[in-house]
Amino acid sequence: MPNMNMLQAINNALDIAMAADEKVICFGEDVGIFGGVFRATSHLQEKYGRARCFNTPLVEQGIIGFANGLAAQGSTPVAEIQFADYIFPAFDQIVNEAAKFRYRSGDLFNVGGLTIRTPYGGGISGGLYHSQSPEAYFAHTPGLKVVVPRNPHQAKGLLLGAIRDPNPVLFFEPKRLYRASTGEVPEGDYQLPLGQAEIVKEGNDLTLLAWGAQMEIAEKAADLAGKEGISCEIIDLRTIVPWDIDTVVESVLKTGRLIVTHEAPLTGGFAGEIAATIQERCFLYLESPIARVTGLDTPFPLTLEKEYMPDHLKIFEAIKQSMTF
Amino acid sequence: MTTTTTAPVVHALAFMNGDEFRIPVFTLLKRDGTPYKHAKLPDLDEAKALRIYRAMLFTRVLDERMLAAQRQGRLSFYMQCTGEEATIIGSAAALDDEDMIMAQYREQGALAYRGFGVDEFMNQLFGNELDLGKGRQMPVHYGSKDLHYMTISSPLATQIPQATGYAYGQKMSGLGHCTLTVFGEGAASEGDFHAALNMASVHQVPVIFLCRNNGYAISTPAHEQFSADGIAPRAFGYRMKVVRVDGNDILAVYQATREARSWAVENNRPVLIEAMTYRLAAHSSSDDPSGYRSRKEEEAWRDKDPVLRMRLWLEKQGWWSEEDEKREQETRRREVLEAMKRAEKRPPPPLESLVADVYDQVPPLLAEQFDKLKAHVRKYPESYPKGARSLNADSQGSGGGEHA
Repeated sequence: MPNMNMLQAINNALDIAMAADEKVICFGEDVGIFGGVFRATSHLQEKYGRARCFNTPLVEQGIIGFANGLAAQGSTPVAEIQFADYIFPAFDQIVNEAAKFRYRSGDLFNVGGLTIRTPYGGGISGGLYHSQSPEAYFAHTPGLKVVVPRNPHQAKGLLLGAIRDPNPVLFFEPKRLYRASTGEVPEGDYQLPLGQAEIVKEGNDLTLLAWGAQMEIAEKAADLAGKEGISCEIIDLRTIVPWDIDTVVESVLKTGRLIVTHEAPLTGGFAGEIAATIQERCFLYLESPIARVTGLDTPFPLTLEKEYMPDHLKIFEAIKQSMTF
Repeated sequence: MTTTTTAPVVHALAFMNGDEFRIPVFTLLKRDGTPYKHAKLPDLDEAKALRIYRAMLFTRVLDERMLAAQRQGRLSFYMQCTGEEATIIGSAAALDDEDMIMAQYREQGALAYRGFGVDEFMNQLFGNELDLGKGRQMPVHYGSKDLHYMTISSPLATQIPQATGYAYGQKMSGLGHCTLTVFGEGAASEGDFHAALNMASVHQVPVIFLCRNNGYAISTPAHEQFSADGIAPRAFGYRMKVVRVDGNDILAVYQATREARSWAVENNRPVLIEAMTYRLAAHSSSDDPSGYRSRKEEEAWRDKDPVLRMRLWLEKQGWWSEEDEKREQETRRREVLEAMKRAEKRPPPPLESLVADVYDQVPPLLAEQFDKLKAHVRKYPESYPKGARSLNADSQGSGGGEHA
């Protein structure tokens, strides 16, 4: 199997999707000849022509509105928003349009072909506007699927799954890992299922739940805990909506403890939704309160980014606290 | 008042394509610094001309030094104004110093003109404890309340409708001020641009919209951004005065902005200026233009260098010499390097700055989160050197009496 970084895996997935189906069309700011500011769309214009891979004017609401129309017509648009921080001008097109297209028309029309790719997350000295993790805003909107991969293998399989899913999907790419995360990626066409979490490491004492870039932080924390004899079960949620409740419930019924961690702020973060559901389903099995290790309830900072981040040490402390509750 | 209700009626079908709206480029100075034959130069005295030129030179020096510092790993990120100094500084110089400027992110020349100090630049770039923005934003996101320069926001075009609102407030205050908002031709594709122009025209607002058409939005060339004749013709759609200027000719930019300002303030009306220029620099220190444009194209624009054109004009006026140039360059370089060393050594903002200014006061839940963070940083000080440093200084300062 070839070794790829996450960008190469994403590029490879787009290439495969475009080769397999001429209805797949990729566009966004700078995605044409330049291949995107992160080069996720490198060589696609060369290979598939300007009609299927192109630069758009600099207008996010236009990009997603255009994508909605294209999807309604029966094409398979893969729209790139250059940074998740810049997705908000398109909020209306995503939340009021893409998410409700099928429902409001009684399924006469839908934009199920739509996939929105966008880099998210911190740890790159990006400050307020190149660091945010806005998944919870979209998780609050029925009609959208929200997917976050943790490594190149996952990114390729989940992106192909997202492009071919008959619902609009927001695909958040952990940009800190674009080049940092490398690994073996199958060469051919494969899809990973949406809506299914994955147990990355089995354990008995505590369930640690994360997604995307936060997965490697969780694994680091679990290693620290392991040295103190605490056995963590690590789960990658992979799809935020619809999320795999059964896998998490089953794990928590076994371990009796749950920590959820994400970079986004605490208040209104998706960890809160998970905690509420799990306490409902596992109440009598819980040995300690479900804990959340998240960003602070502030905008994303710059100089004090390290202090803001829910890093492995903060998770490790939460693990110990949960164990000694 | 022209509205669709008073339009003449015709009975022969005819589509219009807008070709009648060809907008010329206003220019005064040739590349060698001499005026065109019938050009009437603005009334600019020596002191003002030198203030303008010194700001241009400083901006060039700052940009060169700071990109080099970024390449050396001393700075995380940088954006140069190179090639666009005349557009930025010429327009700022045409304003009253108390008019508001709401810029995009590449307009440090305007701040330099207004007198932002070299240390103030450096403190922002290094996000240290003296940064007016408290180390929260990426480099080049300057702001100065004293100099009437709104803090930069990375999302594109958001400042344009805000400028309309700000200028409406200025009109209501009746002090005769206006707002200049600056943005690129790429940002003009955003919905915010259109909303801003429409509202400014409808609500009769003294705002100057300055589009610096520098040819590129990161890698996207202007011809992939719009298919019309640039940005200027859009003004007609909003019934707004418009002028297109040679953005590398500082006297043309100055003159156009000065008249736009008088007209805007006297009549409470918006004006659009499209400055034709070129982003000689990369989009940012993270960008490499060799992937999307040719050296030849860059060289052609280097020949139209706006700083050199101004210098040549000054020399012809007898206001500037080779010797002045050398001395000024050396002084400014030294100032920048010294300020950089000072700024680098300064400690980061205190840990408290993380949670301040989210609201006017820290709400209870955030205060709780912060207490927890402090305890955590104290437990692992070596893992959070920046945060731990200010906590240590804190407990020493207060005799260690702080409660954890």
